[in-house]
Amino acid sequence: MIEIKGLSKSFGKKPVVENVSLTIQPKAITSFIGPNGAGKSTLLSMVSRLLDSDTGEVFLDQSDVKKMKSNEFAKRVAILRQSNHLNVRLTVRELVAFGRYPYSKGRLTPEDEEHIDRAIEYMTLGDMEQKFLDELSGGQKQRAFISMVIAQDTEYILLDEPLNNLDMKHSVQIMKILRKLVDELGKTVVIVLHDINFASVYSDRIVALKDGRLVKDGPTNDIINSEALREVYDMHIPVQEQDGCRICVYFNSHS
Amino acid sequence: MRKNRTKLIVLAIIAIISILLFCLYNIQGGFSYAFPKRVERVLAMIITGTAIAYATVTFQTVTHNRLLTPSMMGVDSMYEVVQTVIFFFAGSASIFVVSRYLNFGLSIAAMVLFALILYRFLFRADKHPIFLLLLAGMIIGTLLGSLVTFLQVIIDPVEYESLQSRLFASFMNVKTELLLIAIVILVASFIYGYRLLRDLDVMSLGRENAINLGVNYDKIVLKVLILSSVLIATSTALVGPITFLGLIVSNLAYQFFATYKHSVLIVGASLISIIALVGGQFLVLHVFQLSTTISVIINFIGGLYFIYLILKESRKAG
Repeated sequence: MIEIKGLSKSFGKKPVVENVSLTIQPKAITSFIGPNGAGKSTLLSMVSRLLDSDTGEVFLDQSDVKKMKSNEFAKRVAILRQSNHLNVRLTVRELVAFGRYPYSKGRLTPEDEEHIDRAIEYMTLGDMEQKFLDELSGGQKQRAFISMVIAQDTEYILLDEPLNNLDMKHSVQIMKILRKLVDELGKTVVIVLHDINFASVYSDRIVALKDGRLVKDGPTNDIINSEALREVYDMHIPVQEQDGCRICVYFNSHS
Repeated sequence: MRKNRTKLIVLAIIAIISILLFCLYNIQGGFSYAFPKRVERVLAMIITGTAIAYATVTFQTVTHNRLLTPSMMGVDSMYEVVQTVIFFFAGSASIFVVSRYLNFGLSIAAMVLFALILYRFLFRADKHPIFLLLLAGMIIGTLLGSLVTFLQVIIDPVEYESLQSRLFASFMNVKTELLLIAIVILVASFIYGYRLLRDLDVMSLGRENAINLGVNYDKIVLKVLILSSVLIATSTALVGPITFLGLIVSNLAYQFFATYKHSVLIVGASLISIIALVGGQFLVLHVFQLSTTISVIINFIGGLYFIYLILKESRKAG
């Protein structure tokens, strides 16, 4: 279980995240939503120790994340940020193999190879595992990076806008895989999303941020309704039911 | 992977051939006099070559920048400053010049200190764009250069003569008594740096990915910056500044091996570096008949290569 207690962060004088406390439920998908500049990515970066918080703590199963060894943390929590430009030329398989680094420090064992095979298969990258990353499309590249995180085999997977620049087909594909990771392998997924409909259809819980503060935190159905969404986005968002899913039809709304 | 092994073996053979050629070609006068002299020079070149290659490749990985080298950030200029200041204030007859060990130690200490202060300002948490770093390096280099020139203009002309010989990289008058210390520093750095190599492989994925994979990022950056400035300082204090060598050999190694593995990159860059120095010195001796020096040749070729790299980089960005 990840507990976030009173996290704050300012860049210069501008507060980006202010006193946010929440608990991430295990074995579920939690989506962070909110307008631009709400502090979603910053919050995720602090949870995953990419960024030091100004105040507040993050606990992973009762132990303070800052006091954990970075290698041990890397076996339990994985984070993938949105920008993935590389300076080096790697094949898909080489990239995925890096996911085993916390375990094998670069000397791959047969067990590591198995994990790598499975991760590649999970993201259906089998036929392009020997291709170089710079030969792939944006979506394929994104899948390769997610595959690396899967090979890392952590209980927690944190993803910062993994659907950025992806078309509908690949977005759906990735969300389905995340769902499978939770339902079949019992992982906990935390994801920053811009498209509230993906959040609505695929996540178990939603955390909504606005101006650096936590405004909503609860099961998906408590958040995906016009009333709660108005508080988050300051606009009228009609919600319709379609095949048991709640879809926000905000494209033509008047505030 | 196998291809890279073959490439390494080929490079190693070329390096050995150039070393043998250098040591044995057209040996005149007493063999017992000339041969040990040549071996000393070759040793100095091997030390300098590997130190610069190692320092540059690791430095470029932690700064995520293939156009910057410690030498270009002004570490080399600091050597000139130290020597000039010593000659100016203490004179060539002083203990700081006469005692090679003291001079060596002082130079290394000053360069490492300078490098660390510089990095502290330039590579603090926030990312700076390449051009800013290059500009900063250039300005600092110019500043130190002007300082040196100023002192050299008003220095005693006799002192100036002997100072000059210190400021050009030369393998002809290697300070033999320093070879052993340099070897010790080099070997110690390699043993210490060996454990970092795999972490460096991961760090080429970028800061965020490296931290995700459990690499203690900031600590390793600091270690590498210290290590690389010690190595550059050692090589500069041993033979004098060869500013562009690091840039050439690291970038040739990236192009030639196309791998992320630092074990391959560093060995490859070191071999290229040895070939460039030993082969270059051979040419200076037997083709140019000593009408030029190796550092002039390397800086000339290196400068051209640097312009090519910058043009290539800007085309990629544009």
